[in-house]
Amino acid sequence: MNTASTPGMTHRLQLEEVRLRLQGRELLRLSAELTAGEILCVMGPSGSGKSSLLAFLAGFLAPAFEASGRVLLDGHDVLALPAEQRRIGLLFQDPLLFPHLSVGGNLRFALPAACPDKSARIEAALASVGLAGFTERDPATLSGGQKSRVALQRLLLSEPHAVLLDEPFSRLDTALRREVRALVFQTLQAAGLPSVLVTHDPEDAEAAGGRVVQL
Amino acid sequence: MLLRAAPWLVIGLLLAPVALGVGLTLLPAFGYLPVLGGDAFSLTPWRELLAMPGLGRSVLLSLLSGVLTPLLALAIVLMFLAGSSGTALERWLRRLVAPLLAVPHAAAAFGLAFLIAPAGLLSRLVSPTLTGWERPPDLLIVNDPWGLAMMLALIIKEVPFLLLMALAALPQCEPGPRVTLARSLGYRPAVAWLLCVLPALYPLLRLPVYAVIAYASATVDVAMILGPTLPATLSVSVLQLFSDPDLSLRFQAAAGAVLQLAVTALAMLLWRLLEVLAALAGRHWLAAGQRARGEAALRLVGRLGVALLLALAVGSLLALLLNSVAGFWRFPDALPGNWTLQTWSRALPEVLAPLGNTLLLGGAATLIAVTLCLAVLEAEGRQGKRLAPALWLLYLPLLVPQIAFLFGLIVATEFLRWTPDARLVLFAHLLFVLPYVFLSLSEAWRHLDPRWTQLATTLGASPWRRFWHIRLPLLLGPCLSAAAVGLAVSVGQYLATQLPGAGRVPTLTTEAVALAAGGNRGIIAVWALLQAALPMLGFALALLVPRLLWRHRLGMRSTA
Repeated sequence: MNTASTPGMTHRLQLEEVRLRLQGRELLRLSAELTAGEILCVMGPSGSGKSSLLAFLAGFLAPAFEASGRVLLDGHDVLALPAEQRRIGLLFQDPLLFPHLSVGGNLRFALPAACPDKSARIEAALASVGLAGFTERDPATLSGGQKSRVALQRLLLSEPHAVLLDEPFSRLDTALRREVRALVFQTLQAAGLPSVLVTHDPEDAEAAGGRVVQL
Repeated sequence: MLLRAAPWLVIGLLLAPVALGVGLTLLPAFGYLPVLGGDAFSLTPWRELLAMPGLGRSVLLSLLSGVLTPLLALAIVLMFLAGSSGTALERWLRRLVAPLLAVPHAAAAFGLAFLIAPAGLLSRLVSPTLTGWERPPDLLIVNDPWGLAMMLALIIKEVPFLLLMALAALPQCEPGPRVTLARSLGYRPAVAWLLCVLPALYPLLRLPVYAVIAYASATVDVAMILGPTLPATLSVSVLQLFSDPDLSLRFQAAAGAVLQLAVTALAMLLWRLLEVLAALAGRHWLAAGQRARGEAALRLVGRLGVALLLALAVGSLLALLLNSVAGFWRFPDALPGNWTLQTWSRALPEVLAPLGNTLLLGGAATLIAVTLCLAVLEAEGRQGKRLAPALWLLYLPLLVPQIAFLFGLIVATEFLRWTPDARLVLFAHLLFVLPYVFLSLSEAWRHLDPRWTQLATTLGASPWRRFWHIRLPLLLGPCLSAAAVGLAVSVGQYLATQLPGAGRVPTLTTEAVALAAGGNRGIIAVWALLQAALPMLGFALALLVPRLLWRHRLGMRSTA
């Protein structure tokens, strides 16, 4: 139901000798290969360049940075592509549901234009996270956990081939954090998406259960 | 790509006419204008100009108005903010500022005249009980020889403008933490504000302040309504020369326009000197470490000043309203003896055509200006860098006295044998509407959380889809506010309508100013009120539409 991409296809993300520099100073140097459903956890103090790594992969790196290396997604070089064509999804610290759109409108925005039966897919996506019937709701009226779930479904509907997570649980309180974390990790793994998680919370790293890179 | 060229297109659109206009004012000022038989350069226009009786006085008036009114207005605004920043009073005033700003200069000037004239509302309120006046006193309050009434009207209009600009820039200066820190060191709040917030705020206010100087030193409509007559201010004298049927006076008028340019430049130079002196004094104050001196005075003067100007502005509107519905109104009576709608019903048929012109010009100029500004901002956002130094040029039309380059533009159109028509007027309006729209819109646009755009991008949205579906709706409120500002600016244009239209494109403003000489108070009041109502309606719509549109979207309340 919530296949994030063409069924049966497994995705692979390769970082080859990725180096980021700011004013001549090297921020990070990283090589990694992620298979379907694998979560790479990048940890480090603030200023260590972990957010810049995500910005680099997503295509928003500020011009002040110098970057080198190759990033291959399913064997294709994504750095040559504009950000919107990279098929790399992103979850921020905040759910960031577009405030001017309904819950359904937020999901519809993520669906590729060519997608048939959009309404049915939106309904199904909401039902899969226990939010059936929420299509017309104002996102501002949702609870924190509900917003996180809508944001996750929105990400999946955009059919990414890889996912970046920018401390997505740091703003949630402890109880909710565990619940949302479990849901996000399970969903990403079930969808077979290679993911890069940036965090400074050791619990995140532990729950991700994958490789940990310390910057 | 066309979008990438947008900033340069807009800068060219604004820069070229100003440069051309000033250039083509300079030529006839030195005797060269072949169309009128001026084939050789000479100083005759200057000799004739300098021989005009009262010219020195005209220059002095314009200079005084250009330095004193911004000084007083800025002092009031800063003292008010120092004493009341972050208080409920400030928040309350914030809501009043936009409608006050919306009242065009001409309407405000007429209102003030009806309030303070010898037979005006104020004099009626205190007569005969306090003054003993049984008939209007023979005082020259309006059109006084030193232009005090004119300067008061300018200050009434400048204070809301500077206040709005300051309030918009203030969050960037982090007034809260700065004042808190200074207070923890023992400084009283208003003193702390002046010493720690103002130095960060003033650079952001400099451009609006210089625009105010340019306007105040060269205003035409306010000076025609409230200013001195013999001699008039420099800008009015130049316009009179320009409008004279004797075309040979055009050379003299051009010289006058160049003189106006010099006077405005001198006013700005004097202001720069004041800036330096103020900075020195401020450093001295800081070094002295005085923590409390002046606190009470600062608070009092700021609040009193704003309260007084507010009262004058509201009183002016009230005076207009009363005059428009007054039937027989004997002098010392505070209220009319009988009320009538006759003035309105008599004026309305004549109002329709100018009202239509005003709406069409304002609507078209605003639409074009908002579109161009969005294109510039969108191009800036996509290239990921500010064009800050170049974009300063956008404000050029606000910094050069109107008469100094509109004059040359008219000469240019006469060269090209373009007949003055509504399209020329529209273009002239655009020169002033565009900078103000950009001034209103750019901060909000640049401060939109970049994550909204990034998020939309990672969801696969193309640049245009991000613009139409995310940025534009999220910033609908600021866009509509900017449009309301644009409409207000267009509605208020006098010179930019009168000169390019050669008087053949009547608007509410040109007709109202033309009525000034006639002196029928009721009719003038009707026109002035209509002139004020249009921009106010614009601001009301800019507030209402987002509320209505987002009534089911709680998250849009703060931005709308």
